Amino acid sequence: MQFSEQWLREYTNPAIDTEALSHLLTMAGLEVEGLDGVGAEFTKVVIAEIISAEKHPDADRLQLLKVNVGAAEPIQIVCGAINARVGIKAPCALVGAALPGFDIKQAKVRGVESFGMMCSEKELGLAAESAGILELPADAPVGQDIRQFLGLNDKLFTLKLTPNRSDCLSLVGIAREVAALTGAKLALPNAEAVSAQITDSKIVSVADKEACAIYSGRLVKGVDALATTPAWMVRRLERSGLHSISAIVDITNYVLLELGQPMHAFDAAKLTGEIDVRWASQGEEIVLLNQQTVKLDKDMLVIADNTGAIAFAGVMGGASTAVSDSTQDIFLESAFFTPDTIAGKGRRFGISTDSSYRFERGVDYGRTLQALDRATALVLEICGGQAGPVTAVNGTLPARVPTNLRMAKLNSILGITLKESLVAKLFDQLGFAYVLKAGTFEVSPPSYRFDIEREEDLIEEIARLHGYDNIPAIAPVADLRMLADSEGLAARHVFQDALVANDYQEVVTYSFVDESWERDLLANANPIKLKNPIASNLSVMRSSIWGGLLDVLVYNLNRQQTRVRLFEIGATYHHAANNAYAETTRVSGLAYGDALPEQWGEAARSVDFYDVKADVDRLTLGRAEYVAVTHPALHPGQSAEVMLNGKAIGWLGKLHPKWQQHYQLPRGVVLFELDFVALQQRQVPAYSEVSKFPPIRRDMAVLVDESVSVGELLNAMQAERVEFVTEIGLFDVYRGKGIPENQKSLAFFVMMQDAQRSLLDADADKVMASLLETVKKQFGAELR
Amino acid sequence: MQNTNISLESLIPEAERDFAACANINDLEQAKAKYLGKSGALTEAMKGLGKLSNEDRPAAGAAINLVKQAVEAALKARRDAILLAEQEKQLAGESLDVTLPARGQGKGGLHPVSLTLARVESLFHSIGFDVAEGPEIESDFYNFTALNIPDNHPARAMHDTFYVDAADGSLDYVLRTHTSPVQVHYMQNAMKGNADMPLKIIAPGRVYRVDSDATHSPMFHQVEGLWVDENISFANLKGVVQDFLQRFFERDDLQVRFRPSFFPFTEPSAEMDMSWNGGWLEIGGCGMVHPEVFKHVGIDAEKYRGFAFGLGVERLTMLRYGVNDLRHFFNNDLRFLQQFGR
Repeated sequence: MQFSEQWLREYTNPAIDTEALSHLLTMAGLEVEGLDGVGAEFTKVVIAEIISAEKHPDADRLQLLKVNVGAAEPIQIVCGAINARVGIKAPCALVGAALPGFDIKQAKVRGVESFGMMCSEKELGLAAESAGILELPADAPVGQDIRQFLGLNDKLFTLKLTPNRSDCLSLVGIAREVAALTGAKLALPNAEAVSAQITDSKIVSVADKEACAIYSGRLVKGVDALATTPAWMVRRLERSGLHSISAIVDITNYVLLELGQPMHAFDAAKLTGEIDVRWASQGEEIVLLNQQTVKLDKDMLVIADNTGAIAFAGVMGGASTAVSDSTQDIFLESAFFTPDTIAGKGRRFGISTDSSYRFERGVDYGRTLQALDRATALVLEICGGQAGPVTAVNGTLPARVPTNLRMAKLNSILGITLKESLVAKLFDQLGFAYVLKAGTFEVSPPSYRFDIEREEDLIEEIARLHGYDNIPAIAPVADLRMLADSEGLAARHVFQDALVANDYQEVVTYSFVDESWERDLLANANPIKLKNPIASNLSVMRSSIWGGLLDVLVYNLNRQQTRVRLFEIGATYHHAANNAYAETTRVSGLAYGDALPEQWGEAARSVDFYDVKADVDRLTLGRAEYVAVTHPALHPGQSAEVMLNGKAIGWLGKLHPKWQQHYQLPRGVVLFELDFVALQQRQVPAYSEVSKFPPIRRDMAVLVDESVSVGELLNAMQAERVEFVTEIGLFDVYRGKGIPENQKSLAFFVMMQDAQRSLLDADADKVMASLLETVKKQFGAELR
Repeated sequence: MQNTNISLESLIPEAERDFAACANINDLEQAKAKYLGKSGALTEAMKGLGKLSNEDRPAAGAAINLVKQAVEAALKARRDAILLAEQEKQLAGESLDVTLPARGQGKGGLHPVSLTLARVESLFHSIGFDVAEGPEIESDFYNFTALNIPDNHPARAMHDTFYVDAADGSLDYVLRTHTSPVQVHYMQNAMKGNADMPLKIIAPGRVYRVDSDATHSPMFHQVEGLWVDENISFANLKGVVQDFLQRFFERDDLQVRFRPSFFPFTEPSAEMDMSWNGGWLEIGGCGMVHPEVFKHVGIDAEKYRGFAFGLGVERLTMLRYGVNDLRHFFNNDLRFLQQFGR
């Protein structure tokens, strides 16, 4: 909502300056999001009358003007404007004037002294382009400052109104609010009933008298559709962001701004038969004023005549009955449609108008007829003509049920103690009628307030008027109880910190991704799609974070990074039963480039599967197992499903060379992605006795086929739960000299200990024999 | 006897000379033998005591002991000196250029939004707020209806909602436009017995709006806060938010301003502004939980009341660290992110 301060002050003029007014509105919940001047700043420009004009002796295109600027003597000005001629009045910048971008000095123009400059709108910063000097009306007072004459010292307020404050979508409404806030006098525009001069009228019927609670209209015949809109009205429209179109349209727009009542003028000659306000039939077509053809739904209200719909009620008029330059008779409409009737209807066609915007928020049904009279009076004044009688169909107006405000509730919600007398005073300022009984105000909200339906609405009004600033900030008083803290559930920061300590940089990537990532990297043919993505390459919800990490990798490689290690902890999105969706939080990581930062003590080598496996082990506290399983994104020979407590919780592997090539990555990429919730589950430590007896270590090297998986072999040995064994570990893998083709030598250490006694060599021999037996039997291993 | 003593005493300077000539411990052990070894001069002298008379023996023994102690002291002094010199030599050889860079793995860093979220969580945790989470693909009901934003409400138009393209063509699911739905989930759960009054949570997370330009990202983060109790008030809301902002920015003089506003799920509602560089900056919205929201979750609005607030995490981060462009957060340029490595 944009408006002129001067216009507002015509209705209420509190003794505060522009800045204070702006602050007042903002702090009352009518946020001023823009406060601008009108045009550019300039000084010393007055109204001048051209009293003589002669040709410049040395220049064909210049004239020597004598102009009256209200001083004792006329002044001489050299002027190049084609429209400069004797008798007209125009702005004149005097010597010393500061115009936008330049100053006026006394100067010689082609040898002739010039004591100022006649100005165009462009030169005054009032228009982007203009032809010739700005011609002013004949009655413009010579010598007066042009800023005063054109009202250029005005300020333009732009309010960011919240949807509940439809009552402030008009100058009258804002004035009412300002008066309530400041106590200044309110002088609203005069709107006397215009009596009928002719008897012609239209028959109106309303099908749904709840949806359309008031429909009023009247004919005005013999209007001059080509009449000029008065300058004051054009100025006010423009300062509210509306362009002047034609006198009749301007008048309806003006009343909309002044009173907040959307108006419509039909060309009466194009109306056939009676006016019928009814629900549209499903698929009923109408060509709107903006030439858009829409197929209406049956929950949309239309104004119809005998030929069909002629307006989309409350939203936009129809093209077929629009006023034009040749219009002679008009039918002026002022109606009240309930917010529910209009809300969301225009949006189905992507249409939002000043009219629908107001109706869906609530228009003051107390001024429907007043607006019609106001518009009629303006039409008669500006376009002439004769008005017919008002036809009004009255239905069921929205109920304004008296609402109770309990003082106790008010004070307990706000946390302060307000007196009844103060609350009463604030209601008076708001113009809310009330009855006070035993600490309870019974308040009857006015017709223009659609947002006062319950006690909390009144509490907010009182708080707002009292001033939020006048409510102190008080620390709450509460019982001190500790929060639950599960030791078996590691917090997010544990994993963030672990990854940061291992040289991973956290990133945050979009949850919506390119569909091709889902298809290529995850073989996900059915990702969750967005109906209205922000871009075609951000159209589906990710089911893995890898795509985003690879994207960040590419972004940074393009910026001369050579070693990139990234992680993100975030949701992935999946289809679930019953057309619902499920989200899984994942910890996802990527490592690219050298295993270590470039340094003096270590030879450079590329990061590989086992480097990142160590990082994953740190996240799983070494409890994870890895099973060779292929994944569409990963190298088939370097891809592992990560298992924790027997459940698959994610993946670790090297990016498949074909995707490496696809993303044009010079080096390999190692990726992991793990289920966050599974990682979070941790064992609360449980003590077991530390043996007083010394441990024994025995080593064993076995030959196995190349295909034997070390993990499985280790698992098998551990699964035997051989007595005394505390740990079995691999310390060497050897291939080559002395080892048959397609075989490898694996060297294990076995730690043994007993809590009751020192173990003997015989005990150890037994253990080793048993383990060897296991690997022989299950893997065909041979002792080396 | 006089002679013996004299000759014995002369051993002291002799030993000192011998010891001083030793360059290492081995030599010193050799030199020691000459005096204190099995057939060393002093050992021999001790052996000679047996030949003396009972009267002379104590004095002669004492004299030998004095010499022996002096020689041992000289030996120890020399041994210490040699050891010290050897140690110094070793240390000198092992001396490093301590300014040479460290070896091994480097160190990463957290995303600045994570730094902010961690601070927010820790500050609210310090006054007993729990952290709650909710889905990002949210049903229309939770994102709007349960928050008193019915179909066709003009407030919906303010939200620029992403809709999920469901197989059945329905528009029942959206990407949540705010973290407020988490309030609803949490209160519902509480009413099922999963949490006790008072309810005190913050709900950080991603939210989505169809908006993308220099100052809007289609995805960003909010932190929702909720406190439901029997006697919590708007004044308390102001107290908690002001406390938080002053602690977050570590500035006791930080001013917080509450402006009347409108959110369908709170009433009274307010926008929160904070003082910054001589002006005011919008930092989030807040208000007292609307009775319609309580009704949707089955909380008695006569008995309980609550406040709720929502803060923009990127805004907090930008102000905290002086970041001037929202787009940095999601470009993930390492040169930007590495500035936040702790």
